[in-house]
Amino acid sequence: MENRVTNILLVGVGGQGIILASEIMADVFMEAGYDVKKSEVHGMAQRGGSVSTHVRFGPKVYSPLIKEGEADIFIAFEELEALRYLSFLSPHPSILLNEQRLNPPGVSLGNEDYPADVKEVLSQRATTFKAIPARDLALRAGDVRAVNVVLLGALHSILSIPEKVWTEHILKRFPPKAGPVNLEAFRLGKGS
Amino acid sequence: MNDRRTVLSGNEAIARGAYESGVKVAAAYPGTPSTEILESLGAYSGPHVEWSPNEKVALETAMGAAFGGARALAVMKHVGVNVAADPLFTLSYTGLRGGLVLVTADDPEMHSSQNEQDNRHYARFAKVPMLEPSDSQEAKDYTQMAFELSERFDTPVMLRTTTRVSHSKSIVGEAEPAVPPVKPGLVKDPVKLVMLPANARKRHPVVEKRMEDLARFAETFPENRAEWGDKKAGIITSGISYAYAKEVMPEASFLKLGMVYPLPREMIRSFASQVEKLYVVEELDPFIEEQVRAMGLAVEGKSAFPLMGELNPLLVEKGLKNLPPAAREAAAKLPARPPIMCPGCPHRGIFSILNKMKLFVTGDIGCYTLGFLPPLSAIDTCVCMGASIGHAMGLDKALGEEALGKVVAVIGDSTFLHSGITGLLNVVYNRGAVTVIILDNHTTAMTGRQDHPGTGCTLRGEETFEVDLTKLAKALGVKHVKTINPYDLAAVERVIRREARRPEPSVIISRAPCVLSRRERKVSGKPLAVDPDLCAGCRSCLRLGCPAVAWVKEEGINAMGKKRKGRAVIDEFLCNGCTLCAQVCKFGAIKGNDGK
Repeated sequence: MENRVTNILLVGVGGQGIILASEIMADVFMEAGYDVKKSEVHGMAQRGGSVSTHVRFGPKVYSPLIKEGEADIFIAFEELEALRYLSFLSPHPSILLNEQRLNPPGVSLGNEDYPADVKEVLSQRATTFKAIPARDLALRAGDVRAVNVVLLGALHSILSIPEKVWTEHILKRFPPKAGPVNLEAFRLGKGS
Repeated sequence: MNDRRTVLSGNEAIARGAYESGVKVAAAYPGTPSTEILESLGAYSGPHVEWSPNEKVALETAMGAAFGGARALAVMKHVGVNVAADPLFTLSYTGLRGGLVLVTADDPEMHSSQNEQDNRHYARFAKVPMLEPSDSQEAKDYTQMAFELSERFDTPVMLRTTTRVSHSKSIVGEAEPAVPPVKPGLVKDPVKLVMLPANARKRHPVVEKRMEDLARFAETFPENRAEWGDKKAGIITSGISYAYAKEVMPEASFLKLGMVYPLPREMIRSFASQVEKLYVVEELDPFIEEQVRAMGLAVEGKSAFPLMGELNPLLVEKGLKNLPPAAREAAAKLPARPPIMCPGCPHRGIFSILNKMKLFVTGDIGCYTLGFLPPLSAIDTCVCMGASIGHAMGLDKALGEEALGKVVAVIGDSTFLHSGITGLLNVVYNRGAVTVIILDNHTTAMTGRQDHPGTGCTLRGEETFEVDLTKLAKALGVKHVKTINPYDLAAVERVIRREARRPEPSVIISRAPCVLSRRERKVSGKPLAVDPDLCAGCRSCLRLGCPAVAWVKEEGINAMGKKRKGRAVIDEFLCNGCTLCAQVCKFGAIKGNDGK
């Protein structure tokens, strides 16, 4: 067991399933024997705004918020949102990027430009960098909403927690008939 | 005692704590960050759990239950306590039989609020004790302790959370519910419960004596505790600030306060005498700091930590270690991503018309406040629940003819029932020429779609009486009440133009369910599409501010020979088929996917 706290920052857009992904993570880390805290803000978040969720696990966790500059693992569900939170990254972060762009209102209206070169910026900043076509993989698994579970699969591949703990807690969160799709999404994410 | 471990939010843990305490009646009005407390409690069978029309009614209902010897919970966001302050201050005098806990969920940083008032002041103002948990386990434990203290000291107890405690999750041990020690029943005690001046004068000394007793109790309360470490720095703190300070300076000495009012003065004095430098780490106002200073102690507080907004581990570290502002990674200027009305939202059409008519719109609290944002830009005031109607009335009385036809009030159905009814009654009584648009989406949308007296459904999903807004407005004396379909833009404009000019009270009910309510929604759900040959690139559809409509830069000429700098496209996954964009398109370029 790691004897320091691991900081995971998830960012994206309201409606992408970030909160559910972080709930599954919290259950998994508790089951694996760690103390765990997580934090996000509800309310306005459901209206398509920018969303960030902090998850921290280790032998003892005090703060539910990650200190700026200390996120070890960065999971970006959307490319522009990844850039918004760079100041949170540790000097040697692992970055998992969902290759998906969702235009904010200013870009939709044609008043602003969507930033270019997101992948280059992130890959230069990361010690480990993975760009994952999570939306395509979710569609291949059978449901576009499974983007979050694809990314959990990718997270699993860089942590050392038994796969069974992950799959058990993923299955708990969905109705039985959605089980196979989500297990497939997890498997595709793991191999991505 | 704590059998089962589970990951709970602070709000879920408060609900669990209330359940394990044998709470009998719980009442609330939804408000971020407090809403999930009652929703979670509603998942347990046993207690009566209700959405009250507003926070004042919620607290009065809880009071009645506590007068009857039952344990009762009232829950609200920080500004909700302003609404409930009237009963609170005198409840402090009467006391109660069954325990009563009032949860105030504060919102430092105003993630979803109109101000960031620090409700610790209410404890001192109303002369009641206040507990403040730091994580979910404490949220559960302190809820149980609050009920016990309430009965032991014959006082309401306030439990204060902040957004980061309410909405953070951590591990909680759960146990079986207990049977409260007080037996519910009707017990007459009018001298204690009827606050005529003669009786109230007898109660006030009891309140002062109780606060002295509580201050003595605070010295031995186990949740006020010194955690000794290095004595160079001694940190007095509570709530989420404790978590941040412990994170960044675990080696320091801490005085962790579970009860933030009244303070354990002797404990503070003794702690201060044993450390080299004394800090108070607290969010928002210098509530603890000022009391520590009044004891004559030297302390570092707001000189080192911000007065405004949320704290976080970095801010606390900078204050404690006296670090210079860090050289931040140069953040590129990025397009903002504010919250926005959903695709197909019934409010969008109303605000596009209000914008077009250039009216002065007095606004209220709810999803529709987003009508302030561009491109709709059609809200001119927003202060508190129900205020839109008073604002419109005041403008009418101050400006008369000058304002006639130029001002309307907008208010949601839940907000109207919360505190708009009296405002409308005033418009009728004092003969205001005011037009009120009730945006009736049949739910309390912004907080996540809770029921209210106009939905026909209780918190537990049981069928109940549904108030008829038209009949209600007529009963108040409004002669002109008109219902409109907000998806019919031409009709919306026609009716608003006519009613706004009326020199009498008038109510327009814009009726269409929240688009997130799949069960009820009226829009087709079938996405529309833009015909690239017909689109003239005029951007009329973009001015609706719908997330499903986007602009593609592409200079050229369309099939009809019109020059354009780009064209509109509709995202088929986001579009709900509300047809507003098709209605504003002058070129007939927007149609159903099947060409209709």
